Amino acid sequence: MSEGDFKIPVGPQHPSLKEPLSFSVALKGEKILGVDIRLGYNHRGIEKACEERTYLQDVYLIERICGICSHAHSTAFVQAVEEIAKLEVPKRALYLRSLIAELERVHSHLLWLGIAGHEVGFDTLLMYTWRDREIVMDLLAEITGNRVNYGMNAIGGVRQDIDAPEIKKILEGVKTLEERTKYYIDVATEEATLIERLSNVGVLSKDDVLRLNTVGPTARASGVARDVRKDDPYAAYGDLHFDVITDDHCDVYGRAVVRLKELMESYKMIREIVENLPEGPISVRAPRRIPAGEAVSRYEAPRGEDLHYVKSNGSDKPERVKVRAPTLANIQSVKKMLEDRYLADLPIVVAAIDPCFSCTDRLIGVSDLDKNSGKVMSWEELVSYGVDWYRKNRGVDLSKLNESFVKGRKYS
Amino acid sequence: MSAEENIKSELESKFGFLAGKVRIDRPRRIFADVECNNFRQVIEHMAKNMNFYFICAITGLDEGEKLSFIYHLINDHGVVFSLKTGVPKANPVMQTVTDIFPSAEYYEREVVDLFGAKLEGLPEGNRYPLTDDWPKDQFPLRKDWKTSSCEEGGVGL
Repeated sequence: MSEGDFKIPVGPQHPSLKEPLSFSVALKGEKILGVDIRLGYNHRGIEKACEERTYLQDVYLIERICGICSHAHSTAFVQAVEEIAKLEVPKRALYLRSLIAELERVHSHLLWLGIAGHEVGFDTLLMYTWRDREIVMDLLAEITGNRVNYGMNAIGGVRQDIDAPEIKKILEGVKTLEERTKYYIDVATEEATLIERLSNVGVLSKDDVLRLNTVGPTARASGVARDVRKDDPYAAYGDLHFDVITDDHCDVYGRAVVRLKELMESYKMIREIVENLPEGPISVRAPRRIPAGEAVSRYEAPRGEDLHYVKSNGSDKPERVKVRAPTLANIQSVKKMLEDRYLADLPIVVAAIDPCFSCTDRLIGVSDLDKNSGKVMSWEELVSYGVDWYRKNRGVDLSKLNESFVKGRKYS
Repeated sequence: MSAEENIKSELESKFGFLAGKVRIDRPRRIFADVECNNFRQVIEHMAKNMNFYFICAITGLDEGEKLSFIYHLINDHGVVFSLKTGVPKANPVMQTVTDIFPSAEYYEREVVDLFGAKLEGLPEGNRYPLTDDWPKDQFPLRKDWKTSSCEEGGVGL
């Protein structure tokens, strides 16, 4: 680092969406020279705790790894245990798991869309998508009894069935969400301001995706059709008809487009599931003690591949439970995306992988390396800085879009 | 022959020491055991010549006298190949694979922190996932480490 270069600590409390994580950003002027990342602030020792609890208790503990993709983790875990115990899970249960999985993806992608809007100053989008998200949250609550941590999975199947009135509500909800998502896709593909703000930001080439083993919508937005639901089908995905959405923009814009189009695929799948739900039981009886063995289970969570490894020893407690959530797989890609970019892009680039870290304080400190003094910015200030920077330096102003989004369209 | 059997026979013919060590559990799930001194050439060959260029995770296991590490690799067709190797617990030295898989950095740091593995060739960097003041001789995922060690005075925090 030479004179005039700065090092800015961002986080651990708190760089982006949720959960603590710390970046140390080396800057030359406004340009990012390099990023150093410190993770682990939210390490809770869940893998160790799983070894000390029974399989049944672990289902509930594992579900609490994440509030947003709780069903992803519990499904990945029970799948591994069922494989070791050689349980034949009834088809209806597999369909219901996929149903909750896609409803969960819808709520997660809508949540992301709102946050992405907010990070670039398009707050009307945040208000709209989060209002729409309530439709799917209500459906999840209706089916499972909970908005989050649904408690749907059991070893050997699921715990809740659905009935005709619920199916009717699901279909109505999906119809509304589909119309709204179509509208967001129109906005995303037609609004020049938004396209300009998100294009060529957080660029990650296809070669980088292959080299850095990127997962999820981030990989698919760089033209790599990697999706566990298609590559390594689980639950009902082997029966369902859907496309793996890819895009070749390789930037934040591409990631937005991929998630929007994935929402449409999810609606399609939800409809297919409830219209073709197999009859029969929703679970089989699982033994308390699981025979010795091991299994690897994969799941396409909203953020990408989630991997669980379970090793059993014949007792009622697992010998080892290993979890690798998608955000950890994408950390190297974030470093790459930020290199040689502007500080103003940091919020949206970090947000664009949809990182899963939990919510606490939001503070960044800006300090002059030589004098070790400086000022402190909140995350909100950094977001405003990014919004203003684009208005002044690039002429990208989303305030008009914020207004026309409401006034210009018929929107109930 | 299925794709899984092709992978198995290719590996067994290339590396004689793998004969009988490759197990196909079900479609898209293969497990294999390899001695630590042969591990590096197998994983490098798989990454460079057999399309297993994607590493999902590294699972550490405490197996009494030795520490084992499972490298979960996948190819473009959704096949998960879990390549397992072990080192003596008294001297748990592994070679890094970050030169082959840049994304393995955090997975390796994790087994360093939680199992006390020593990764030769892993570049200096922040630890993950434990805190900077975590005692150097405490490895939480080893079997002799109990969560009760965490109670007051237990780990000297």
